[in-house]
Order: sequence, then C-alpha cells, then structure tokens
Amino acid sequence: MKKSVFLGALTVAGMAAGVASAATVDDVKARGTLNCGVATGVPGFAAPDANGEWQGFDVAVCRAVAAAVLGDPTAVEFVPTTGKTRFTALASGEIDMLARNTTWTFSRDVDLKFTFVGVNYYDGQGFMIPKELGVTSAKELDGATVCIQTGTTTELNLADFFRVNNMSYEPVPIETNAEAQQQYLAGACDVYTTDASGLAATRATFETPADHVILPEIISKEPLGPLVRHGDDEWGDIVRWTLNALIAAEEYGVTSANLSDMASAATDNPEINRLLGTEGNLGEMLGLDADWAVKALGVAGNYGEIFEKNIGESTPIGLARGLNAQWTNGGLLYAPPFR
Amino acid sequence: MLIYDTRYRSLTIQVVAMIGFMLLAAWLINNTLANLNTLGKPIEFGFFAEPAGYDINQMLVEYNNQDSHLRAAFVGLLNTLLVAFLGCITATIVGVLVGVLRLSNNWLVARIMTVYVEMFRNVPVLLWIVLAMAVLIESLPAPSAFRGDEPEATMKLFDTIAITNRGVYVPEPLFSRSLGNFHLFGNSPLRFDVSLDLIVILAVLIASIFGMRTMSARANRIQESTGVRPKTWHINLGILIVPMVIVLALLGFHLGYPELRGFNFGGGTHLRNSLIALWLALSLYTAAFIAEIVRGGILAISRGQTEAANALGLRPGKTMRLVILPQALRVIIPPLISNYLNLTKNSSLAIAVGYMDITGTLGGITMNQTGRELECVLLLMLVYLVISLLISGVMNWYNNRVKLVER
Repeated sequence: MKKSVFLGALTVAGMAAGVASAATVDDVKARGTLNCGVATGVPGFAAPDANGEWQGFDVAVCRAVAAAVLGDPTAVEFVPTTGKTRFTALASGEIDMLARNTTWTFSRDVDLKFTFVGVNYYDGQGFMIPKELGVTSAKELDGATVCIQTGTTTELNLADFFRVNNMSYEPVPIETNAEAQQQYLAGACDVYTTDASGLAATRATFETPADHVILPEIISKEPLGPLVRHGDDEWGDIVRWTLNALIAAEEYGVTSANLSDMASAATDNPEINRLLGTEGNLGEMLGLDADWAVKALGVAGNYGEIFEKNIGESTPIGLARGLNAQWTNGGLLYAPPFR
Repeated sequence: MLIYDTRYRSLTIQVVAMIGFMLLAAWLINNTLANLNTLGKPIEFGFFAEPAGYDINQMLVEYNNQDSHLRAAFVGLLNTLLVAFLGCITATIVGVLVGVLRLSNNWLVARIMTVYVEMFRNVPVLLWIVLAMAVLIESLPAPSAFRGDEPEATMKLFDTIAITNRGVYVPEPLFSRSLGNFHLFGNSPLRFDVSLDLIVILAVLIASIFGMRTMSARANRIQESTGVRPKTWHINLGILIVPMVIVLALLGFHLGYPELRGFNFGGGTHLRNSLIALWLALSLYTAAFIAEIVRGGILAISRGQTEAANALGLRPGKTMRLVILPQALRVIIPPLISNYLNLTKNSSLAIAVGYMDITGTLGGITMNQTGRELECVLLLMLVYLVISLLISGVMNWYNNRVKLVER
C-alpha cells in the first residue's frame, strides 16, 4: 500500500516535470501546420474572402512564417480570436502565434508573459462619427455613446482620454468589429473608436463611406505586431526574423518579381545574399533551411507589396504608408541588419 | 490479500478508487501550478487592488475607472443579481400564466401557448438574446431622430418616456427634501449607499401591509362569529394609500423626466437595451420551461379535486386559485428551483449584448487586462456557486413551508 502511494507520487512528479518545455517549432513541424490566431474579420487585415481563403495584412505574416518553417504558405490553421479570447488562446498553446492587430504594451509583454517580436503596423486610436452630427474634434464628444471593443487597450485609452478631458461618456462594450459596425450604423452609438487603421477598414465596407468622418485626434500610440508566448526564444526568433525579412526585403529592393533571380545566384549586395541564403548560414542558425527567407518572400512579396495589396492606397481601405514607410523614406520601419 | 476477503472487498475497492481519484486530482493541480510557475505566473490575487482602468455603463453603485478591479467585479455582480432577480420574477409570472392557459378549454388560446412553449424551449437562449437585441437596435429610433423641429420620433405617454435604440428612458423618482444616504462599509471596495428615503418608504409599506392583515383577521373573526363578512376594501385601501401619500409629500416626492441633452437623453432612469434584451430573452425562454412544469403540476392533481370544487359551486378561476394551484405548488416548486438556477447561470451570456455582468467585468475585461485567467475563472465559478446555493437555500426553505406535512 505505502509503496503504491510512493510510486504514484513519483509518477506525478515525473509527469509534472515533463510538461514544461517542448519547443514550439518542433510542435509545428510535427503537426505540419501552423496555428495562427487572427481577428474574426477586419477587412484588409484578416478576413476570409469569397472562397473562404483568409486574406489580409496580418494573415500574410502567418503565411510567411508557415512558408519559412514548413515551406508551404497554405499550411496554416487560422484561428479567429476576439479581443477577449486571443491571449488565453496564445497562453494555453491553442495557437502558436498571434497576428491580430494587437498592441505592444509593457504589461502585455512583461506581466501577461508574451513576447512581441516586432511591429508590422504603427497605429493610433481614433474616433469615427457620422458627418451629420457635425462634430469636428474629439474634445466635443462630451456625453456621447461610444462603441468600444471590449478587452482591448483602446478601452483603457478611451477611459483615460475622457477622464483627463473631464468629459463623460457611455461605453457600449461589444465583442467583434462586425457587431460594432451593426450598432454604429443603426445609431445605437454615436461614435466608434478603435485603431485608426481598423476604422478606415470598417468605413471602407460601408455603403456610403463619405457620410462618416474620422476625427483628427489620435489619442494613443498603438504599435501592432505579432506575438508569441514568453520563454520559447527559438520560436520567437523565427517569427521575429521572418517579419524582419519582409521589411528588409523592401529596403533592399527584393520583390516577388526579382526574387527568383536574386535567390538563384549571389548578387553583389552581401546583405541580400545573407538574407536569401546564397551566402552565410543564417537559416541554419534559426534551425531552418538556407532559403527560409526566399520561401517567406515567395508568398506575397516584401512588406511594401503586402501593404499595397491589402490595405494600401489602391485598395478600398486606402491607407497611406505614413509612419509605416521605410526609415529611408521617413517612416519607422527599420529592420536590424542580417548579419 | 484484502481483495479476496469478502468482508473487506468493497471497502478495499473504495479505498483504492479514492486514492486513484485523489492522485488524479493532485496530478492535475500540481501540473497546473508547475506550468503556471514555468510561465512565471504563480497564483496570486494582488491584482484586485489595482485600478481597473475601464468604465462600466450600468452601475448600481458609484464607480469610476480609477476604482479597483475588485470594485469593478462588485459592480458586475450587482448587475448579474439585478438581471437574475428581474428575470426570475418575470419568468415565474409568464410561466404560470402560460402553463395554466395551455390547459384552457379555449382551442385558440391553448394552441397559441403551445406554439410559444415549443418555440422558446427549442431554440438556444443565446439566439433569443441576440435576436432581442437586434430587434431593439434595428427597429427603434435613435436619439437623433427626436431632434429638430419636426422630429421623426416623439416621446410616449405625455412626453414622459423616451423609447430609443439605446434603451428606454423612464421618469425617475426624486425627493426635494431627501433624507440622504446611509453609507455602508466605509472606503472598502464593497462600499455602497442605501437611500434612507427608500428605507422609510419600505417601512411604511410594510406597516401598511401589516395593518391590512390585521384588518382581514378581524373580518375573519367577525365572519366566523356572525356569518356576515364586513366590507373592508375601502379601509384597506385607506391604510395602504394615506400613509404613503403623507410620507411622499413629506419627502418632497416628484418625478425627473428624461429630456434630450446633447448626444443622448439626460435625466430619468435609463434602462439600457442590453438589460432589456437580456431580461426579456432570459425570462421568456425560462418561462417556457416553467409553463411546462406548471402544466405538469396541475395535471398531477386528480380530476376529482376539480369536480369536488365545481360541486361546491366554485367558479373555474376560483377553483384554480384556491384548490388546484396550492396543491400543484408542491409538485411545481422543486423543478422550479432548478429553472431559477438555470436562468441565473444563463445570465452569463450577457456579454453577447454587451451587458456588463460579472462575467463581463471580472471574467472579461479584468481577466483580459491582467492576464490572470485561472484566478478570475476560479473566482467567477465560486461566485456563481454561492449565488446558486443561496437561491436553492431560499427556495428549499419555501418548499419546506408549502409541502405536504406527513405524519
């Protein structure tokens, strides 16, 4: 009897020790698919198209990572998450990475135990309001009813903004962008607030986008980027440098048009050579193939191409590059050297 | 070996099973704690004292975004209790009515009730909640429709009630000579104010009811000794109304009407459409189940009771109220308790319409902003457990009072 209890206790201890750390990259390779958390539907950023294929700016990051790790951009299981469910999904291991216009903040990085691998869109919180209300500044919103996605940083910024400016408001918490759109269009709230890019994307889907204005005030910094769980640095490095590869490729002029030429033989730019694996062993350092970045870039091209195709000025969403231009063009995008 | 000994066999198996179960539980708990430690998130509740940082639209007690997470959870708890309380009462009234009417001899009435019961019982409550909200939002006018010289929408009932797609604004009771509030629990997160006006009014009301009961006891005595029941309704009405009017006049009672101010209606009491949608959907859904329980309870009373009552000359309404329902209650109450519990637990679907109940505050925003999933969910489970146990405690006490006393 005593022996069996002892053995049982041993098993318990052994199993508990065994759970702790299995590398995410090994899990992904063994599974053959990448589980990527995305938004439930923000046009341009992450939304299924008419054929049910996920398309968008955030989705492109997932596909690039899947291509770099598995060599197949379609080997992605997209998990739609709401502002509320996303962190639990990531922390519990249901998804391997989260690319869901998520703001990089101190407490999420430090206290929630996530690792933000970079920024793929520099954003800020704005307000959208029907033109007929005649409001021109967010300072005139005293007493307004505001639709707000619950569980987001925007919820806290909103509370701070109204408190600091000594104004009152009535929050209407909603779960997804689609619900917000329904309530806003029906007039159940006067104002919809979220990241300015999200507002532009939402407004683009309205019947008459011109009837709605986005107020000039941007009340917060919202650096949006992909994130992974704390404590698995190998996996974090893979996602980080895949994103950097997309950004660096634009800086060096690697596009989907000239990718195969540049990757087939070494060019006279050593930085490009190291990025595309024709020189050095960066891929091996990451634990991936030498042409990992070529595969990632082969999906939809570099950062600039992805931006233009999904949310750029030629799309209905029509966002300018602004802060999201390369540092050489006065923007904030700056990939560390591939060396 | 003990396993071959028939005297101890069952005991041995039970002990072994018990040990196995405890090992499993220990493994689960240990595993969770170990994993949380590896993540660097050991279980602790210190985050409750930190400022919540978010606003809540429906507050039964004062709250602002600088109050603690615990205070926010308390605000959410009160919202849960409010919708559960309103829902249970409405569901009971509608349920009993529908249950009785389903047995009606009127073909049309009985069929309509059948359709109602089958429709509500067989569709998930979440869909009813979402539907109710969508109807409220899409079919009612926005506050901006009340603006302008020739508004599209006008206020109802002599300009006292505004029905909008943000909710219903009704007049609020105000007291110009208010007695003020009684403050409880000092500065703690659970502090709340009790209106002394309300206490006085309730006290007067209870005293009036006590007076009316004394009156009817006296009427009974007279009826038993003389056979003639004295008229009491005018005295009862006086006992009920006169003291109330005096108290209200002393307190300077008047109504505050809603009026359009800026973006929204101001003044008055704002019943948000999230509350209305949730309340309606939950009570209509649960009422369908209660109707079936009531119908079952009535059918359980033997036909002879009705016939005996008819033979005594009681009309159908009185037969139901005085003979059948009191007996049926004994069958009805136990399953009714579990429907009350269901309604309360279903209220956690509130977030579907953005109603800030405790699942929305503690289990939603607080959990999301602090990242303390396990702590919040465990606490949330504890809260629902306590609420449910309290409801069933009270209902069991009531059941013991009305059930057949067997000797």
